[in-house]
This record gives sequence, C-alpha cells and structure tokens, in this order.
Amino acid sequence: MAKKISLPKFNLTNNIRTLRFHASEMTQQELADKTGVTRQTIVAIENGKYSPTLELAFRISHTFHIKLDDVFTVSFNK
Amino acid sequence: MSSKEKETIITLISSILILGFYSLYVYQNYLIENWELINDFKFWGTTFLIMIPVAIVAQIIIHIIFAIINKIVTNEDLDEISDERDKLIELKAIRISHWIFTGGFLAAMSTQAMGMEPWAMFVTLIFSGFLSAIVSESAKIYFYRRGF
Repeated sequence: MAKKISLPKFNLTNNIRTLRFHASEMTQQELADKTGVTRQTIVAIENGKYSPTLELAFRISHTFHIKLDDVFTVSFNK
Repeated sequence: MSSKEKETIITLISSILILGFYSLYVYQNYLIENWELINDFKFWGTTFLIMIPVAIVAQIIIHIIFAIINKIVTNEDLDEISDERDKLIELKAIRISHWIFTGGFLAAMSTQAMGMEPWAMFVTLIFSGFLSAIVSESAKIYFYRRGF
C-alpha cells in the first residue's frame, strides 16, 4: 500500500510589479515579449493566480538581471 | 478581454451554429422526405463522415472572418503565440472534454444494451460530442478568467 505523504502548503509571491517599475516602468507587454509569453500570463503571475514553470521563472529573473530568489518568494504554511 | 478569450467564445458560438445548421440541413433534405432513414446505418455513417470536414472548414472560415473583423474594429492582431499557460489550459479543457465524451459513449452503448432503436445511439453520440465541445470551450473561458 502506497504511503501517504502530507506536504506543507506554500504561498508563492513575487515582486514583478516593483521590478518593472525600477526597470524604467517596463510595461507588462514588454516583459511578455522579452520572456516569450502573452501579456495575460504576466498579469496572472503578478496577481498570484498562476505559478510559472521553472523555465519562465528563470527567464523573468534573467530579464531583470537578478537572482530567482529576488523575484519569487516562497513561504511555507505550518 | 484577451484575444484568446474572444477566440474561445467564437469557437463556442460557431460550434453551436455549425451543428444547428448541419442538423437542420440533414433533417430538411433527407429525413423529412424519408423518415425510415433514421435507423439506416449507411445514413448515419455518411452524416458523420460529411459532418467532420464541414465542421472543420466552417470553423476555419469563421475564425478568418473573426480575425479580419477584430483587426478592423480594434486594430489589434490576434495572439499568435501559445505560451505555457495556454497549453496548460488547453490540456485541462481536453481532459474535461474527454471524460464527457467517454460518458456519452457509454450512454450511447447503453441505449443499445437496453434494446432501444439504433438512432438513439447515434443521436447520443452526436449530442455527447457536441456537449463535450461546449463544456471544453466553457472551461477554457473559466480558466482564462480565473487566471489558470
């Protein structure tokens, strides 16, 4: 019988909006073009409605020339 | 509203119109003259086989017309790229549509197991195909609205 593992729930937050502001008010469309996704996907990520894949997360951090940890923050719920 | 949402709504509406007009055409041109065809396997086989290319061509034409009208009205092109979120939404919608069609297929087989006439099986198959397409497109709209 398979053993049931209970994983802690976590919240993924990001500060893309702030990073865009500091990058000369980069628009959502500009960020979308640079990362190869649609503007709606950027909107969904910013609003915390969609968790991007690791590849897209790295592309976003690469666009702002910062580490992944500086874009996304994970907090585990106890 | 994003262009993906608009396209999904157009697919939803066109699916209803295509099946509606095709059913009306078949009814008026074949069934009204010879109602006995309703239990003819050749009739249903031909109806299904013709419906598939007709639906595909009609969908393509409707989408081309929509793209032209959208360009004229909003002066914006439709999203050509399909990113990871679009693909994930597509997969979720296909999964839902698969389950609905499987249920419809089982219901269609049940009509024969219960001794009902052949037309009941074919109508159930068409209806389940139609329902799976409608629910799938509606699910896409819901996922796009929700974010994912």
